[in-house]
Amino acid sequence: MSELLVVPALLAYGEAAFAYAGELRGPGLAGRLATWGVRLGWVAQTALLVGQATSAAGFPWGTWAGSLNLFVWLVVGAYLIWGCKPRYRLLGLAVMPVAAVLLALAWAGGGTGLESGADSGFVLAIHVGLMLAGFASLTLAAGMAALYVWQERRLKRHERRVLRVRVPPLDALDRLAARSILAGLVLLALGIGAGASRFERGDLDAAMIVTSAILALYVALLVLRHEGWRGRRAALLNLAGFGLVAIVLPLTHFAS
Amino acid sequence: MRLTLVGVSHHRAPIELRERVALDSGRAKDLAAELGREAVVLSTCNRTELYLARDDEAEELAVGTLTALAGDRAADLASVLYRLGDDAAALHLFRVAAGLDSLVPGEGEILGQVRSAFEAGSTGPFLDRLFRQALHTGRRVRVETAIAESPASVPAAGAALAQQVFENLDGKSVLLLGAGKMSELTARNLVSRGVHIAAVANRTLDHARELAEAFGARALGLDELTGELETADVVVASTNSRETIVSKADVAAALRARKGRPLLLVDLAVPRDLDPAINELDGCFLYDVDDLEAVVAETMSGRRSEAARAEQLVAAEADRFRDWQASLDVVPTIASLRALVEEIRDSELARAGSRLSENERRNVESVTSQILAKLLHLPTIRMKEAAAAADGVVYADVVKHLFGLEEGERRA
Repeated sequence: MSELLVVPALLAYGEAAFAYAGELRGPGLAGRLATWGVRLGWVAQTALLVGQATSAAGFPWGTWAGSLNLFVWLVVGAYLIWGCKPRYRLLGLAVMPVAAVLLALAWAGGGTGLESGADSGFVLAIHVGLMLAGFASLTLAAGMAALYVWQERRLKRHERRVLRVRVPPLDALDRLAARSILAGLVLLALGIGAGASRFERGDLDAAMIVTSAILALYVALLVLRHEGWRGRRAALLNLAGFGLVAIVLPLTHFAS
Repeated sequence: MRLTLVGVSHHRAPIELRERVALDSGRAKDLAAELGREAVVLSTCNRTELYLARDDEAEELAVGTLTALAGDRAADLASVLYRLGDDAAALHLFRVAAGLDSLVPGEGEILGQVRSAFEAGSTGPFLDRLFRQALHTGRRVRVETAIAESPASVPAAGAALAQQVFENLDGKSVLLLGAGKMSELTARNLVSRGVHIAAVANRTLDHARELAEAFGARALGLDELTGELETADVVVASTNSRETIVSKADVAAALRARKGRPLLLVDLAVPRDLDPAINELDGCFLYDVDDLEAVVAETMSGRRSEAARAEQLVAAEADRFRDWQASLDVVPTIASLRALVEEIRDSELARAGSRLSENERRNVESVTSQILAKLLHLPTIRMKEAAAAADGVVYADVVKHLFGLEEGERRA
C-alpha cells in the first residue's frame, strides 16, 4: 500500500514545478503554493523510502529506477535547505521540473515498489548512497548555475522587469554553486572510497573511469574559480560538467 | 461608540496649507491629550488626520481643532477637509497604514508614522483595537504582496540593482565619480543599505573633498582611478564632463586584478561618463539613466498591480473591523442578560441560604455558576456573530424582549 505514496509525491512535485513558473510573474501565492508542494511531496517521498527500506531484505535502490528515486529525494532534500527562503524560491524552477520528471521515470521503471532488493551488503549500500548524494549535490549546483546564467543575461540586457522577479543575488548563486560542488566532491570521494574497499584487480570499468573524470573536471572547476574564473564562465563550466554527469553517467552505470 | 476622522492630505491640500496644520510628534501628543479619550493625531508631511472615538460632537471638535491650527488659512482649509465616519474611516486608516494612500504606493515610512501616532495617542479600547489592526494590515500588505519591494527613484533603482548582484552590501566598496547632487543621493541610498563609500573622484578636488568628508571617504582627481577600479564593487558616475571618463580598456585592465569579482557601474551623467561598451565585459554590469528610468517605470507599474492585491487585503481587514465594531452594539444586551441571570442566581441563593450548610452553599454556587456559563455561552457567541449581519440589531431586540431587559422591565 505504501508504494502508492509515490502518487502524492509526484503530484506535489508537479504542482510545485507549475507553481514556480507562476513566481516568474512576481512574488506571491504561487511561490508559497510551490514551497508547500515541495515540502509535502518530500514528506510523502520520505515515507515511501522508509516503507521501501523497512520492507526490503537488501538495498532497495540498487536498480537504475530505484537509484533515481533515491536521487530525486536527495536533490529535493538538498534544495529544501535554501529553496524555501523567498529570495531563493526561483531555484525551484530549475530543480522541481527535473525532480518531477525523474520521479515519474523512477515510478515507470519500477523503482518505487516494495519488492525486496538484492542483498548487496552494507558497504555497497553506503557506496551507492554516497555517490547518489554527491550527484544530487552536483545537480543542485547545476540548478544554481542555470539560474546564474539566466539572471546574468537579464542584468546584462537591462531587462525592465529585472527587479520584479525575486532571484538570489549573482554572487550568492556563484558562491552556493561552488559550495554545492565542494560538498558533492567530498561525498563522491567518500563514495569512491567506500567502493574501493571492495575493488579487485580487473574490476575497472567505464563507470569508474567516467566517475573519476567527472571528479577531476569538477576539481578543475573549483581550482579555476579560485584563480578568478568566477561568475558566468564558472556557471557555464558547471553546466557542461553536469551535462556530462546527466548523459554519460547513466549510460555507463545502467546501460548494461 | 462612533469613529470619526477629519483630516487634510496631499490629495487635495497644497503644501502651503498642509504645513499650517502639520505637527511634530510632541505637539501631536499634546493635542491628542487635549482632545481627551479617545483621540489619535496622525501628522506626516503628506497628511494631518484626527481620529476620534466618542459618541458626541466628535466631528465639530475635530474640525474646530484643525481650523484653529490653520489660522488665517481656515477658509481655504474648509474646502479641502475630509470627514469620514465608522467603516469609511477605518478603511481609510488601513489604506494609509498599507501605504496605499501615499504619493508612492507602498512606501514603507508611513507604517512607522502610524505606529508613533498610535503610541502618542490618547487611546482606549476602541482606538487601541483600530490602530493595532491598522498596523497588522500594514505589515500584512508588505509581507503578502511585493508592493514595497521596488524602487521608486533612479538612485533607489541603482541601489536595488546592487542587491541583485551582491549577496550582502555590508562593507561593499563604492567609488563615486563626480560630487554632484545625483552622486550624493545615490550614495546615501547605498549607504543606507550598508555599503562603504571608499572614494570620491572629481575634476575639482575641493568639491570631491567636501562630499568625501561627509561619507568618510578619500578624495581623488579623475586621473587617479586605475587602482580604485580594481578594488571598488560599485561605481556611481555623475560628472558634468563632455567626454567619457572611464573607457572599456580601463575597466578591462582592472578586471585582471579583480579575480572575477563582479562590478556594477551606474552612470547617471548626461552625456555619459562611462563607455557603454563596458557592459560587454564579463562580470561588468553597466546601467545608464535611461536603463534605470525604464526599471523604475516598470517597478512603478508593478507597484500599481500589487496595489490592487493590497486593496483586497485591506478590504478584508476592514470587514473584520466592521464585524468587531458591530459586535459592540450587542455588548450592552449581553451584559444586561448576564447581569440578570446573576441577579436571579444571587437572590435564589440568598433565599435558600438558611437551609444550606456552608459547604453545601459553596457547592451550589459552583454548580449554578457553571450551568449559567454554559447556558449563556452559545447565545453570546450567536449574538456577536449576528451583530455583524444586517439583522444583528433584531437579535439583540428579541433577546431584550424575551428576557425583559428593556429599561424599567427588569424584575427579580
